[in-house]
Amino acid sequence: MSKYSLDYLDHLESEAIHIFREVAGQFERPALLFSGGKDSITLVQLALKAFRPGKFPFPLVHIDTGHNFPEALQYRDELAKKIGEKLIVRNVGDTIKAKNLTEPKGKFASRNALQTYTLLDTIEEFKFDACIGGARRDEEKARAKERIFSVRDEFGQWDPKLQRPELWNTYNGRITKGENVRVFPISNWTELDVWNYIRREKIELPSIYFSHEREVIDHEGQLVAVSDFIKLDATDKVLRKNVRYRTVGDMTCTAAVESHASNIDDIISEITATKTSERGETRIDDKVSEAAMEDRKKNGYF
Amino acid sequence: MDLLRFITAGSVDDGKSTLIGRLLYDSKSIMIDQLEAIEKQSKNKEQGEIDLALLTDGLRAEREQGITIDVAYKYFSTPKRKFIIADAPGHIQYTRNMVTGASTADLAIILIDARNGVVEQTRRHSIITSLLNIPHVVVAINKMDLVDYSQDVYNNIVIDYAEVAKSLGLKDVTYIPISAAFGDNIVEKSPKLSWYEGSSLLNFLESVEVEKDINLADPRFPVQYVIRPQTDDLHDYRGYAGKVISGIYKKGDAVTVLPSGRTSTIKNIEHNGVDVAEVFAPQSAILHLEDDIDISRGDIIVKNDNLPRVTQELDVVLCWMDNKPLVTGNKYLLQINSRVVKSVIKEIEYKLDVNTLQKTDATSAGLNDVIKVKIKTASPIPYDSYSELRENGGAILIDETSHVTVGACMIK
Repeated sequence: MSKYSLDYLDHLESEAIHIFREVAGQFERPALLFSGGKDSITLVQLALKAFRPGKFPFPLVHIDTGHNFPEALQYRDELAKKIGEKLIVRNVGDTIKAKNLTEPKGKFASRNALQTYTLLDTIEEFKFDACIGGARRDEEKARAKERIFSVRDEFGQWDPKLQRPELWNTYNGRITKGENVRVFPISNWTELDVWNYIRREKIELPSIYFSHEREVIDHEGQLVAVSDFIKLDATDKVLRKNVRYRTVGDMTCTAAVESHASNIDDIISEITATKTSERGETRIDDKVSEAAMEDRKKNGYF
Repeated sequence: MDLLRFITAGSVDDGKSTLIGRLLYDSKSIMIDQLEAIEKQSKNKEQGEIDLALLTDGLRAEREQGITIDVAYKYFSTPKRKFIIADAPGHIQYTRNMVTGASTADLAIILIDARNGVVEQTRRHSIITSLLNIPHVVVAINKMDLVDYSQDVYNNIVIDYAEVAKSLGLKDVTYIPISAAFGDNIVEKSPKLSWYEGSSLLNFLESVEVEKDINLADPRFPVQYVIRPQTDDLHDYRGYAGKVISGIYKKGDAVTVLPSGRTSTIKNIEHNGVDVAEVFAPQSAILHLEDDIDISRGDIIVKNDNLPRVTQELDVVLCWMDNKPLVTGNKYLLQINSRVVKSVIKEIEYKLDVNTLQKTDATSAGLNDVIKVKIKTASPIPYDSYSELRENGGAILIDETSHVTVGACMIK
């Protein structure tokens, strides 16, 4: 190997930085959608590399369902303070009140679908023309076909049949007023790539990604944390288990995995050995139908 | 561990989806829940074994119609390499999708059904591979199980394809007999094909050398964004952020900014927040120059002793990608890396039949047509010939009114 060879993580990193700078160069009011999960934390690290010593040319925006893990919220606030960047939070609870929306019912009453309303309102409030997100193509079949610059209409809808061709590393971010673009800089990363990058860059993560003891119930083989947001039935047995989270979404739609992995190396060994996909293992919301993600994306979801 | 991007060209009938499914399955990139999901669907098809093709069908419309509409990106890795597959549909009505997938590929796998040999589709895929200048080609002769693993069948196809490769100037072509359905020569070498002396497909993909494909000789640095913190301690800071798309830049290099032609010297280079002596393709970096000259997004920083061409008249091989036809005389925006300029299509020289390479006269072009055109730009474009430097010779055309990407330009 010559001294001019790069590791695959270097290739992925440079590609992502290039995408970030295209956003900065092409849009007037971009935003970085930040959830407190490992993928959006990785985005922040990449943005630091793309723009320091300058400031980010966009704020961090969090659409807070009110069902988030407190550890993720605390991490969010601390991170924004540490890097000195602007953080905008909009609450799904407020949208529900303002728009008289119906709260979902049921055992795991998830506000996941309602997030879209708050997201679209927030886009309109700040006139965001580009929203950067941490979605990856390996997560799900519908995501595998989405562009890095994904144009959405004024209802936030994705039309898989009308996608723009995306050639070389040339990104076309031109839009008509009212449209906006969702930008996915880590499209080509896999779950394992993200973990390897977090290890290499020594990125701090919220504590729930590491093994901890927690009260959970076993719901059809998935371990769901006991919280104020889910309803326990008489038949539910509350268990105390050592768990960690492989993805971090709402407490209502994210399941934990049993684990003793207390550091990144252990987590990477577990993920390398695992036989279940990230979403299959930890997302209660994707199991609803074969095309669940495709449908949500068409409706404006990330 | 490095990275290989490849495209698979072929149709479902050639076993393309089965091949990708097989690569993912045998490299253990498929998880149990994903397997369970396709097992459920496979049973509906009354097949004894799982249908690996189902792994790659993404959208509901595609599953309903049993076809692939769009490029899907799939990922797998082995201890040696990370792989990105651009899975593009093979039919002629999806030429634009194949062009899209091919634009970033280091390698193309061209699938041939051993029973049919070299057919029209094989020629089309090879022509697109050559137009897009993909450096490496694997001809995977599939369904060897259906021709009794016959060496003669294989040899005849190799002879036929060698003609195609020669006429197109494809340089690095490797032939591998396989059976995707049974896994012969995919990961492990198959005893049923013991007469074949090369490596298995995966083994080849792991070892094909792609590092040399990165051009380190012709430095090109398109400026994407100017970083100016304008704070008290950094009020003189002015950094040109971009990606080294080719070549190497060193501190002290004498550089020219194009299209303005102003010259300066590299004062400082930052890579990931650290001052470094040099940066190389494909690293992202920040360059600082000695002189305070006017530079903005869309400019390109090159070295004085290695200049690209700068003109307003371009000879272009164009793949048209819009439903609305191309009209000579229409104006479009031309985007090459970070530079966007107005342009007009002056004339169509000829239309290229992507099945036969025959040239015919044309005055307009429709979706999926490949044509040779003359384009005039409103201001000068610094570029390189696509066949010599893919990174600075490919451009897109954008419709000024719909904002849609309507064409892919390979500049001559």
